[in-house]
Amino acid sequence: MYRSHVLVCGGTGCTSSGATKIIESLNKEINKAGLMDEVSVVQTGCHGLCALGPIIVVYPEATFYSMVKEEDIPEIVNEHLLKGRIVTRLVYDETITEEGISSINETDFYKKQHRIALRNCGVINPESIDEYIATNGYEALGRVLTEYTPDQVIQTILDSGLRGRGGGGFPTGLKWKLAKGNDADQKYVCCNADEGDPGAFMDRSVLEGDPHVVLEAMAIAGYAIGASMGYIYVRAEYPIAVERLNIAIKQAREYGLLGNNIFGTDFNFDIELRLGAGAFVCGEETALMTSIEGNRGEPRPRPPFPAQKGLFQKPTLLNNVETYANIPLIILNGVEWFRSMGTEKSKGTKVFALGGKINNTGLVEVPMGTTLREVIEEIGGGIPGGKKFKAAQTGGPSGGCIPAEHYDVPIDYDNLLSIGSMMGSGGLIVMDETNCMVDIAKFFLEFTVDESCGKCTPCRVGTKRLHEMLDEITKGNGTIEDIDKLEDLCYYIKENALCGLGQCAPNPVISTLRYFKDEYVAHVEDKKCPAGVCKALLSYNIDADACKGCTLCARICPTGAITGKVKEAHVIDQSKCIKCGACMEKCRFGAISIH
Amino acid sequence: MKSLEELKAIRESMQAQMGLRGEDSNQTRIVVGMATCGIASGARPVLTTLANTVLEKGLSNIMVTQTGCIGLCQYEPIVEVIEPGKDKVTYVKMTPEKALEVIDQHIIRGQIVKKYTISEEIE
Repeated sequence: MYRSHVLVCGGTGCTSSGATKIIESLNKEINKAGLMDEVSVVQTGCHGLCALGPIIVVYPEATFYSMVKEEDIPEIVNEHLLKGRIVTRLVYDETITEEGISSINETDFYKKQHRIALRNCGVINPESIDEYIATNGYEALGRVLTEYTPDQVIQTILDSGLRGRGGGGFPTGLKWKLAKGNDADQKYVCCNADEGDPGAFMDRSVLEGDPHVVLEAMAIAGYAIGASMGYIYVRAEYPIAVERLNIAIKQAREYGLLGNNIFGTDFNFDIELRLGAGAFVCGEETALMTSIEGNRGEPRPRPPFPAQKGLFQKPTLLNNVETYANIPLIILNGVEWFRSMGTEKSKGTKVFALGGKINNTGLVEVPMGTTLREVIEEIGGGIPGGKKFKAAQTGGPSGGCIPAEHYDVPIDYDNLLSIGSMMGSGGLIVMDETNCMVDIAKFFLEFTVDESCGKCTPCRVGTKRLHEMLDEITKGNGTIEDIDKLEDLCYYIKENALCGLGQCAPNPVISTLRYFKDEYVAHVEDKKCPAGVCKALLSYNIDADACKGCTLCARICPTGAITGKVKEAHVIDQSKCIKCGACMEKCRFGAISIH
Repeated sequence: MKSLEELKAIRESMQAQMGLRGEDSNQTRIVVGMATCGIASGARPVLTTLANTVLEKGLSNIMVTQTGCIGLCQYEPIVEVIEPGKDKVTYVKMTPEKALEVIDQHIIRGQIVKKYTISEEIE
C-alpha cells in the first residue's frame, strides 16, 4: 500500500524533454531513501501543459511541479517525499497564491477547461487496465451488453448530438445507424488515429494517456452495428501511442474484455492495430481503408460509402479517436448530461492543440461555444512578447484562418464554417502581427503538394500550380491578375478533386484571400511584405546618423555584405545581403531596420 | 470478464488506491509532521501505519499527508486531524499503536481520543 503517488507525465512532449530520465532518477532516489514501499511512481499521459514539461504531480498533496530537471529529483525526494516540505521553487508558479499553494484546477489554464475526452490523461497509468477500471472503465461496455439492444445504443448516441471530432462534424449516431442498416456476414469498426495535420496532437494524447477508452468505445460500436472485428489505424510516428495500445489490447484480451463471449454474452469482438507510414492522405476514410487492406493508400470515389462497402468491401464504421473517447461517458452519464454542454447544434467539448505564438503551448479541452479569445487569452496565457493577435489557423492544411474580427465568435462546427474556416481535428495555430498570411498559405500548400497522392489531376497538378503562384507572389514577381487566377484555380480544385484532401487543399488560400487580401495586394503592387517575413521583399538598411561605426555588424555578417570604417557609418551591399537579420539583432544602437 | 459484478470487484479494490489522487475540499486530512525532529522521534512508522490503515479499511475521503516542522519538536511525532468545518485536533507523541486508536475512535467513530491530544499533554 502506497501513501503517496508521484505522477510523471509520459506524453510525447514531456518524454522528449527528459521524463524518462526523471522516472529513472526518481526510482533510484526513492530506493536510496528507503521509500520504495511507501511511494509509487506512476507514468501517466499528457497533462496538457506541454510548454512546462516535464511535469510531476505528487499526491495526496496534488503538488504540481513544472519544468523539472533530472538534478532536481534528489531535492524532491529528500524534501517533499521524505520530510513533507514542498519544493516551492519548482512548483508551477500559477498555483502559488497568497494563501499558499492552490489546486492546479484553479489556475487559468485549467479553470475554464472541461476535460471529458481527456478525463484520464495525466490521472491514470495508461499501462494499467486496473486503473482504467477504477475510473469506471469498461462499465459502459458491460451495461450496454447486458442491458441495451443495439438499437438503444444507437438511439442514445443519436440523442446525445455527438458529432464526428475528426473535423467534418457528421452526426456520429447517424453514422452508426447507417452502418447497422446494411446487412452483411461481416462488418468492421475502424478507428482513425492517423492524425496528420501539422501541429495537431489531440488523438495522440488520448491514445497515450487513456488507450482503453478507445478499445471500450470500439467494442460498444461493434455491438451496436453488429461487427466482430475492429482495426485501429495509427501512425507509426506515434511510437508511444502504439506501444501503449498494444499493451492495452493485450490486457483487455487477458481480462476477456476483448475476445469471445464478452461479459458472458454471445458478443465477440477483437481489435488489431495497423500502422500507417505517415501519408497525410491516409487520414481520408477511403484511403485509410485501402491502406488497411494492404494496398497503396489512395482514396476511392464515394459512393459507395464506407457504411455500404467499406473495408474489404464490407459495411464499415469509421470514427476518430476523440469521438470514441466521448462514447463511454455518454452511456454512463446519460444523454442529458452530454447535451448540457456546448451550443445548440454542437454538443459536448472539443480538444484543441494550441501552438504557434502562444504562451501555454499544449492541449486544452473546452465546451463547444467557448470563444477564441477565451481559449487564447485566458487558457493559452496570451501571445508572448506583448504582440498583437492577428489570426488563428484551425483545421490545419484543410482549414482556414480566423481573423481578429471574429475573436469573440463562439467556436462550434457551424460558426467556423460560416466564417470560412472549419473545426478540423483540433489543431489551433496562433499567429501574431509578425506572421505573413501569404507565407502561411504557401506553407500549407507546400504541405499538400508533398502529401497529394497523385491519383486525381486537380489535386496533383492544381496544388502544385497554386504553390508556384504563391511562391512568385512572395518573391515579388506576382501581378494583380495573378491573385484573380489564384482564386479561380482554388474553386476549380475544390469542385473537382476526388477526395477531401484535394477538395480542402485550397482552403488556406481562400480564407487568407478573404480576410487578408490587402496583404496579397501589398506583395504584388507595392512589392512589400507588411509583416516583414518574405525575404525577397525585404531590405536591411543602416541609418547613417544612428550608426556609431562600432564594426560589430560587419564582423557578424556571414556574407561580408556590410562595409565601413571604424567610427564611420556602415553600409549594406544589397546584392550580397541574404536577409538573415543577424546584424539587426546584434546592433546596440538600433541603427539597422527592415524596409 | 463474465459479469458486471466481476468488474465491480476489480474497480472497488483499485479505487482505494486511486482515491489518493482525488482533490476534494470536503475530505478529512490527517497530517503527520515529517521534519527531521519528527522522523528522529519515529514519525515514519506512524505515517505508514496511518496510510495503510486508511487503505485497508477502505476509508474514503481521507487524505494522509505530511508536513514539515510545526515547531513543537519535543512533542513529536505530531499528527493533526483536520475535518472540514471543525477545529483542528493535534495529537502528540504518537506511535503506530496510538495511530491505530485514532483511526478507530476519531476517524471512524468521530470521538476525539482526548488522552493523546496536545491539550492533555501540556496540562
